Amino acid sequence: MKAFDYAAPASLPEAVGLLASQPAARLLAGGTDLLVQLRSGRKQADVVIDVKKIPELNEITLAPDHSLTIGAAVPCYRLTDHPAIRTHYPALAEVASWIGGTPIQGRASLGGNLCNSAPSADSIPLLIALSASAHLIGPAGRRSVPVEAFCTAPGRNQLAPGELLVAIHIPAPAPHSGAAYLRFIPRNEMDIAVVGAGASLTLANGLIAAARLALSSVAPTPLFVPAAGESLIGQAPTPAALEAAAQLAQAAASPISDMRGSAAYRRHLCAVMARRALELALARAQESK
Amino acid sequence: MSAKVQVQTTINNEPVEFLCEPRQSLLECLRDIVGLTGAKEGCGDGNCGSCTVRLGDRIVTSCLVLGVEAAGQSITTVEGLAHGNTLHPLQKAFLENAALQCGICTPGFLIAADALLQKHPQPTEEQTRFWLANNLCRCTGYDKIIRAVQAAAHEINANSGAAQ
Ligand SMILES: Cc1cc2nc3c(=O)[nH]c(=O)nc-3n(C[C@H](O)[C@H](O)[C@H](O)COP(=O)(O)OP(=O)(O)OC[C@H]3O[C@@H](n4cnc5c(N)ncnc54)[C@H](O)[C@@H]3O)c2cc1C
Ligand code: FES
Ligand code: FES
Repeated sequence: MKAFDYAAPASLPEAVGLLASQPAARLLAGGTDLLVQLRSGRKQADVVIDVKKIPELNEITLAPDHSLTIGAAVPCYRLTDHPAIRTHYPALAEVASWIGGTPIQGRASLGGNLCNSAPSADSIPLLIALSASAHLIGPAGRRSVPVEAFCTAPGRNQLAPGELLVAIHIPAPAPHSGAAYLRFIPRNEMDIAVVGAGASLTLANGLIAAARLALSSVAPTPLFVPAAGESLIGQAPTPAALEAAAQLAQAAASPISDMRGSAAYRRHLCAVMARRALELALARAQESK
Repeated sequence: MSAKVQVQTTINNEPVEFLCEPRQSLLECLRDIVGLTGAKEGCGDGNCGSCTVRLGDRIVTSCLVLGVEAAGQSITTVEGLAHGNTLHPLQKAFLENAALQCGICTPGFLIAADALLQKHPQPTEEQTRFWLANNLCRCTGYDKIIRAVQAAAHEINANSGAAQ
């Protein structure tokens, strides 16, 4: 790795100040993307700013209404091991247990997963399905961006120079709602999604009142498909309705061919994974109070 | 070159200070500066697990940790598993079950398996395989490693039962 300096600010103002004064700085959370990219030369840095000492970035706050704020640097294992998150956000606990293996989950954060902005990032479709937003801070103050609008191209996002991610916020889930993320990978563990699908679904009086669907690995960014969710609103949760929504997701995808699968194979998988994610979200909505 | 940094840590229960560049990984610091060559570099990008060490209460791939990040933390490497000349039950079980051939992957598997047994004293085969999925072995075919971990779990549990 090329030489760089290291700083570990202990507060947000200190971090924002440092970032403003260091144009060639890179932020370090778990380092499971950044250190790989610095070592390979794909990214450079004069200064690496470790954000793990900033208290706000390490907090998990589950409010009484079950809205959830996850500090940007919270490592995945803390989500998987959190009893209330397992109860109220089983899909989130699952996705945190699928990013890399045990030693990666000791370090990797959802904040890093989001800010690395890979099309294949496993947490992003689920965060979109859960209507999550990214809370940012920078020289101009704080702002919030819906996760579906955050990624702009492979590895690129809405973070302006000098801005950093503070936390990911998930609004309180509606009664009778459920969510799921499923991915297709050649191994059982430790692989990049060929296609992933995140879904959420809310029931009211036996009909679908709200639904959201997003895909990974099938477009230059994680792909939100509003039409798929909207097609379900007001419908009975029948297999035919879920399949029709899954077809809309498939139609929105623009996958490429690579060593993990051809474009045609990926397109086929879009409908399969979208339908299964909707089915699991529905089952969870039916169980939830 | 940027200024070197003095890092104070506890390694295998001993206070250890080392001087490193910020760009150096914890793995490089352990091997090239501190002289603990148990952890190995297989891939350098987090996939093979041969560099696995315990940092605080979690296992990490030390190739993806900066040495400077270890300041104030405690680290356990494979060198810290045995008590003097008495091997750790996992080390004995790996030998008895022929769970290694070339041995490159073994330090990482031992550290990862030790953390598994502290969290799940009697893990199922599935738990064991998932926990160890971030450790690659090109020699043994894994079955013997899984059997060794289960044998060690039995031994540790039998001994702690006998002690009570
Ligand atoms: C072996 C291995 C397996 C993996 N498996 C998976 C997988 O199954 N699924 C998956 O999705 N990913 C996987 N990854 C990729 C990686 O682990 C994840 O993307 C992880 O969530 C990144 O989090 P991190 O905390 O390590 O981020 P870092 O590497 O610390 O940071 C990632 C990026 O975000 C920036 N950043 C970090 N924090 C902030 C902040 N607060 N504000 C602004 N920018 C910030 C960094 O500068 C960097 O560009 C894997 C990686 C490895 C090495
Ligand atoms: S050398 Fe660290 S995971 Fe392979
Ligand atoms: S014993 Fe050779 S790689 Fe595992």
